[in-house]
Amino acid sequence: MSAMNWPILSLIVWLPIVTGVAILFLSESRAAMGKALALAAAVAALVLTLLAVAGFDMTTAAMQFQEKTPWIEAFSINYHLGVDGLSLPLIALTALTTVIVVIAGWTIKDRVSQYMGAFLILSGLMSGMFAALDAMLFYVFFEAMLVPMFLIIGIWGGPNRIFATIKFFLFTFFGSVFMLVGLIWLYLQSGSFAVADLHQLPLSLTAQIWIFLAFLIAFAVKVPMWPVHTWLPDAHVEAPTGGSVVLAAVMLKIGGYGLVRFSLPIAPDGAAALDWLVIGLSLVAIVYIGFVALAQRDMKRLIAYSSISHMGFATLGLFLTFAIVQNTGQTDGAVLGISGAMVQMISHGFISGAMFLAGGVLYDRVHSREISAYGGVANTMPWFAMFAVLFFMANSGLPGTSGFVGEFMVILAAFKADFWFAFFAAMTLILGASYSLWLVKRVFYGEVANDNVAGLSDLDGREWTVMVVLAILVLALGLWPYPLIEMIEPSVANLVDHITNTKINP
Amino acid sequence: MILSELQLALPEIFVATMACVVLVADLFVTEQRRGFTHTLAVLALVFAAIITLRVMMPVGESLLAFSETFVRDRFGDVLKLFAYLVLAGVFVYAKHFLRAAGLFRGEFYSLSLFALLGVMIMVSAASMLTLYLGLELLALSSYALVALNRDSASGSEAAMKYFILGSLASGILLYGISLIYGATGSIQLGQISDALAAGMSDNLMLSFGLAFMVVGIAFKLGAVPFHMWLPDVYQGAPAAVTLLISSLPKLGYLALAIRLLADGMGNMHDDWQAMLAVLAALSLILGNVVAIAQTNIKRMLAYSTISHVGFVLLGILAASPAGYSAAMFYTIVYSMMSAGAFAVIILLSGNGVEAENLDDFKGLAKRSPWYALMMLMIMFSLAGIPVFVGFFAKWQVIAAAIQSGFVGLSVLAVVTAVIGAFYYLRVVKLMYFDEPDNAAPVTAPIDFRAVLSVNGLAMLGLGVFSGGLIGVCVRAFA
Repeated sequence: MSAMNWPILSLIVWLPIVTGVAILFLSESRAAMGKALALAAAVAALVLTLLAVAGFDMTTAAMQFQEKTPWIEAFSINYHLGVDGLSLPLIALTALTTVIVVIAGWTIKDRVSQYMGAFLILSGLMSGMFAALDAMLFYVFFEAMLVPMFLIIGIWGGPNRIFATIKFFLFTFFGSVFMLVGLIWLYLQSGSFAVADLHQLPLSLTAQIWIFLAFLIAFAVKVPMWPVHTWLPDAHVEAPTGGSVVLAAVMLKIGGYGLVRFSLPIAPDGAAALDWLVIGLSLVAIVYIGFVALAQRDMKRLIAYSSISHMGFATLGLFLTFAIVQNTGQTDGAVLGISGAMVQMISHGFISGAMFLAGGVLYDRVHSREISAYGGVANTMPWFAMFAVLFFMANSGLPGTSGFVGEFMVILAAFKADFWFAFFAAMTLILGASYSLWLVKRVFYGEVANDNVAGLSDLDGREWTVMVVLAILVLALGLWPYPLIEMIEPSVANLVDHITNTKINP
Repeated sequence: MILSELQLALPEIFVATMACVVLVADLFVTEQRRGFTHTLAVLALVFAAIITLRVMMPVGESLLAFSETFVRDRFGDVLKLFAYLVLAGVFVYAKHFLRAAGLFRGEFYSLSLFALLGVMIMVSAASMLTLYLGLELLALSSYALVALNRDSASGSEAAMKYFILGSLASGILLYGISLIYGATGSIQLGQISDALAAGMSDNLMLSFGLAFMVVGIAFKLGAVPFHMWLPDVYQGAPAAVTLLISSLPKLGYLALAIRLLADGMGNMHDDWQAMLAVLAALSLILGNVVAIAQTNIKRMLAYSTISHVGFVLLGILAASPAGYSAAMFYTIVYSMMSAGAFAVIILLSGNGVEAENLDDFKGLAKRSPWYALMMLMIMFSLAGIPVFVGFFAKWQVIAAAIQSGFVGLSVLAVVTAVIGAFYYLRVVKLMYFDEPDNAAPVTAPIDFRAVLSVNGLAMLGLGVFSGGLIGVCVRAFA
């Protein structure tokens, strides 16, 4: 631990929220001030996050930078924050995404300050959720973030935004209430909402299965897993570009994070008993949703389906553990699978965010999301085409990009579990390449399709900045993933160690 | 120090006196100076709060007075304080509306104070007779208030319905009380409890009495299937009166239920738990589902009330201190949320025309961003979304119900809460996503704006710092 004794996590959480609330009340004529403040807060939060990363001890799985204050004493609920190798990378991803979204939203015209404020509040809530070590605090952050997202899609979204945002809200709300019941039941068993206490709580197999299912509904909706994924394409298509980026880059990771932090360690035996279910759903997502993506004619919809398919990899990697340990008797493969899933989540955060931004660049100019409205964009926007092709290549898992690392680790782990798991998972290399590259071909290459495309102008300075940052990250993580894996691994090893021991009361 | 019996009842005596003073003083006030009556009524509440606070009962202690018909305890004191607070808010909100609607009369204030007195008597009742007395005082004041606008056909119809069904409910409750008296030989709640603990022979009579009592309570609370009067009364009454009857009496009915069922019939909790479970389940389902179909916001909030009653019943039927304190927290929070929601309706009503239709909320965010934000917080709080206080209310009730083994009912409750979220979201949608039909700015006097702002922000503040109020409620049942 470093000498940093000030509450760095609280600052990361509350700085964006407080600034965001303040910005909400700026009038339309103060829009420039709102944007400047938003950017300042987002950058400050990112700097704080990087300080936390710098001060983070990579050799231990213990929670770091902990803060604990009583919150609701009658129920021994604490305001308890802390990070380990599983949550800190996701907080960093959140902080980075916020900066990108603020920059990407610079051209918004309608209710600018409120737009920026909503994103900052959302960002703080997401960081708070990743850092929460008290289940009740987690749940509060988990649910509260629905409110800004609901408003972001509903106010700044596309033509069918109201349907999309209400569907988004009700789906996620429906999922999470079961988790609430589960958490309350666990509290009544253990007398504590502390995540660490819940991890140690012995439970019968039946109880674990029920708890596991209650949590699974909540997190499966968030991931989203097939068949509760249908809100995502609608939400993505209708959301403003910034909303899509946050949804894809961070919000989808919440489901995966929840599975790692809650489902697996609290109900390991339940997870072991039902791992076939999650693996099955993940494989369906990878293969079937891959085919669905292939059939899309709307760019954002295609990227949305691609996200579902890629998140299938993350859930697959998490739940291979039990089969691997059973087959090999060792935990190495399981650590590989879960680390792969975590890397996949971070990498997908960069890539999907970048793809939605690329879609936004085109939409800003032509105001169409239809793939058929484009063709030969590379002729008029060569620089943009270069970045976009890189991101779509990364999405199809090209070695040297971040998209390759996570997928490779998960497929490698899948081989240790079952050949057929690996076989179906590897299908994504073909499917992902098909829909990604086919999109690239239809949109970017070939003859200039129409006057709209002929009149396109290449990236401006603001778009350049965003694209360059994301391109560097995608390549850096692809070529040198070691620092990230080093940060994740102790926590994953600790987790695997925990979940491979039964919690059933002797 | 031994407090004399009169001193124990000082808040009630004071409020009764002030109700009469307001009644008489108003006779000497001209139409233009009616604000004086308003100020006097608000001051009465402030001093009532001071009087109550000066001799707050310590946690866990209670004192009986007037031949054990009157009880002073922490639970009662806390409820009374919130009753003053809610009524003070109602007065400020109502003044604006009553002025515009030409109903700004002194009767509103004296009747409201009598209704408050009824609530206070119920809250402090230690015998079934006292309970009934408070209940009738509250009910009669409410009937008259609903008919405040005597030229309005819908108002008179609502008052008539309310009166007939309310009297029926009182009759049923009274019949239940008489049966219990017949079986136990007492109307004093403590003695009934002792008699039940000693083992009663005449179980049939007791069960019948209990069933009638539960029906009476359900009628008053508006639990399904005894809810029919509620939407009509909410819709028909002037908005200022709906505001009142949707908030203040709930505190009294909560006390009615807890005093009768928990204090008096605690030993028969197996019986009433089963009855309340059915009522709660039906209220949750019907309230939330039917609210979706409403286009009139007063009716929508009426069905929303029914669903919230389901939650309160869920807390009571846990039959544990945790459950009672959860129900208490829920009711207090609910009365604030409800008052806030009706206040926004009043805010949008102008020139005597009530903004009853959901469409009146269209584009409020453009017309008045601040009040739209207040309504947004109230709506999300009603829907039970964290970090707003409504969530903590729901969460505690569910925790208490699960603790008492009602897991299935709790799952039903949270699922219906999701259904319910839809119609609250629709209000938010109208305010934020739609364009306004008229661009007229929203205006209100300064006191109205201040109280509404505090009310809206309390949804957030009480949520973020929910530990305080939760602690107060938990200690009330220590």
